[in-house]
Amino acid sequence: MGDLQVKKNAKQYDAIIVGSGAGGGMAAYVLSHAGLKVCLIEAGPMYDPRTNVTQLKNPWESPRRGASTKFRPFGDFDACYWGWEIDGEPYTHADNTKWEWWRARMIGGRTNHWGRISLRFGPKDFKRRSIDGLGDDWPIGYDDVKPYYDRIDKLIGVFGSNEGLENDPDGIFLPPPKPRLHELMIKKAATGIGIPVIPSRLSILTKKINDSRGECIFCGQCNRACSYAYADFSSSSVLIKPAMETGNIDVITNAMAREVLTNKEGLATGVSYVNKQDLQEYQVMGRTVILAASACESARLLLNSKSARYPNGLANSSGVVGKYLHDSTGADMGGVIPELFDRKRYNEDGVGGAHIYTPWWGDNKKLDFPRGYHIEYWGGFGQPAYGFGGGIQSMNGKFLVKGQQKEAGGYGKSLKEDYRYFYGARVGMAGRGEAIAVESNYCEIDPKVVDKYGIPVLRFNVKPTEYEIKQAKHMKETFKEIMHELGAVITYGGDDDEKNNYGLHAPGNIIHEAGTVRMGNDPKKSVLNKYNQAHDCKNLFCVDGGPFVSQADKNITWTILALSMRASEYIIDEMKKRNI
Amino acid sequence: MDRRKSLKAIAVSTLSASLLLDACKTDNKKDTAAKGAEPGGQLTLDRAEEEKAREKELMSTTFFTPHEMATITVLADIIIPRDEVSGSASDAKVPEFIEFMVKDRPENQIPMRGGLRWLDVQCLKRFNKPFVDGTEQERMAMVDEIAWPRKAKPEMAQGVAFFNLMRDLTASGFYTSEIGVKDLGYVGNTPNKWNGVPDDVLKQYGLSYSEKELKECAKY
Repeated sequence: MGDLQVKKNAKQYDAIIVGSGAGGGMAAYVLSHAGLKVCLIEAGPMYDPRTNVTQLKNPWESPRRGASTKFRPFGDFDACYWGWEIDGEPYTHADNTKWEWWRARMIGGRTNHWGRISLRFGPKDFKRRSIDGLGDDWPIGYDDVKPYYDRIDKLIGVFGSNEGLENDPDGIFLPPPKPRLHELMIKKAATGIGIPVIPSRLSILTKKINDSRGECIFCGQCNRACSYAYADFSSSSVLIKPAMETGNIDVITNAMAREVLTNKEGLATGVSYVNKQDLQEYQVMGRTVILAASACESARLLLNSKSARYPNGLANSSGVVGKYLHDSTGADMGGVIPELFDRKRYNEDGVGGAHIYTPWWGDNKKLDFPRGYHIEYWGGFGQPAYGFGGGIQSMNGKFLVKGQQKEAGGYGKSLKEDYRYFYGARVGMAGRGEAIAVESNYCEIDPKVVDKYGIPVLRFNVKPTEYEIKQAKHMKETFKEIMHELGAVITYGGDDDEKNNYGLHAPGNIIHEAGTVRMGNDPKKSVLNKYNQAHDCKNLFCVDGGPFVSQADKNITWTILALSMRASEYIIDEMKKRNI
Repeated sequence: MDRRKSLKAIAVSTLSASLLLDACKTDNKKDTAAKGAEPGGQLTLDRAEEEKAREKELMSTTFFTPHEMATITVLADIIIPRDEVSGSASDAKVPEFIEFMVKDRPENQIPMRGGLRWLDVQCLKRFNKPFVDGTEQERMAMVDEIAWPRKAKPEMAQGVAFFNLMRDLTASGFYTSEIGVKDLGYVGNTPNKWNGVPDDVLKQYGLSYSEKELKECAKY
């Protein structure tokens, strides 16, 4: 390292984008198609489902049969590289707090492993403070975002059904797949006790929408990324690939952003990064800088971009960068449906996710917590994987097998019969709800710790509030009612109580981080204006989950995409007007 | 500035771009890409660089001794023997899978090694030979002491815990093998069109699709 130097790329770009997930991918797509010269920096390697294949592999093609590793925490066939821990890139926690931080390092970012659940925020979701006095209203409303949701529905494709629900807006949907057997059972059970069940809204192509992507092949493996037909939404295949085909974008992979560079006037001039392969320092220069590194990585980058002009970090005169960090709430329950023991075999893989879901149906005026949650479901046959048949001794002594009472545990031919008998009878459900974004939940730069590249790391300080715990309690009560109606026997998640916050997952665990670079009309209380543009630095933008004022009981990806498209078109417009 | 390094800096972006373009050219070969494993058990799964290094490291070491492997093989075949539907655990290479898993998940190493030793010591006390060297009758008598959690004697508790682990690892390995997947009758993992639950199954469970579903859902 004796000759360590900073290498400057001579090219002057119109836009430098940091991160290639939903937000960065959409910005890359829009700006490159508009003819701008774009440089995309990604901290991980190149990735294309066509060449990086885990789809349609059999379980025995993984030596660990699909078990998880630190490289693939969602299992050996999951498309996503890295997750809760990355070698050489630590993060820390304030005393007695928990935050689980998922980081993808690859082209496409976290769109490589998500559930493709593509929900629009509703009109109420942008104006929650006006409704319940908590948190803040967004500086924009549903009508501002609706045209972009419509265009994204058409550009990317999403199936669902128009139900005319007040806060779960209709969209431009492809036809949804028919429910599977256990889903019909869930629907019957839940609707019978007043809990609505409607078709899922997933960004998977049940019909072809253009010539570059095909129709779903119903292998149930969207989390492996669709090598076969690009029929799922992943940023790599749906946004980055067409962006690269414009010839207007340079993609720099294995590039870990260090700082946003600024000049004497306080404008952003570029980004410095370390190349993870040669460990040399580089700089790329551009007219605008667009952060899309994930809510927390973008906050980290801003806080690490200190200068005489920006002593608290870039775009942080308000002091709110890193604050209001929140994730979806989550709690779950699993069981078996005895009626499904000894089922007839057939292929029910379906799409990669549930064909049904429950949108929030409650009336908060009658409840002891604000905001709501939606319910996701799973069950049925599935490709056998590591863990198959685990703990059979708690099943085969409990239920009659072909009419016969057996002793728990055992071995031999009788045991083989048991594994066959119980296969395909599992069922489960999970609540995903809205946590309140509060200033006291935040991430900041740890004053003492750096990663292997010498970049100061984040320290998290997040605690769930009573509201989230009460929400988890309500989830558990609801799940038990549905399980009961379903005639299911609960096998896990049924014993949670106040001692463990009713099974509420640690914040961060649901992987919907948001809020750290929030937008607002008041520069003293927010980082960005309503176009995702920094109040303090007009040629700096953030288009990931960071700008979210609140995140609704909806997965945030569809809104990240809509706001990124909106911000990107604003950038093009402002450039034309010579404002930036 | 070192000229070679600056060239390298410029090359990063162009190299990445050409990689993706190459990837696009394989469109017409998608069937081969999606088909699966090469013959001979060669791994064809996508692997990140860090994973390749880790896998190589795992494959280069051996954990269990030949005696331990012999014991694992006998136990696995007691748990999953050949029957009229399918082959045995060792037919499905379950012992090799367990060898891999304890290296991949080191937290299993002490429970497995210690459990095997616990078993051998019990057998030495009972019939003065390690487990694998016992007669069929001696082995099965020993297994029956630890295979039934609810009726096992309290002093057998460690053996029960070991056998539960051994049963779980055997099931994981067997039912994720080609033989085991066929045994279970899993028929997915193949391109198809989903048109809903088969009629005879709907009838069996007294269910049907609503008019709304029949109207709005995808048909192929």
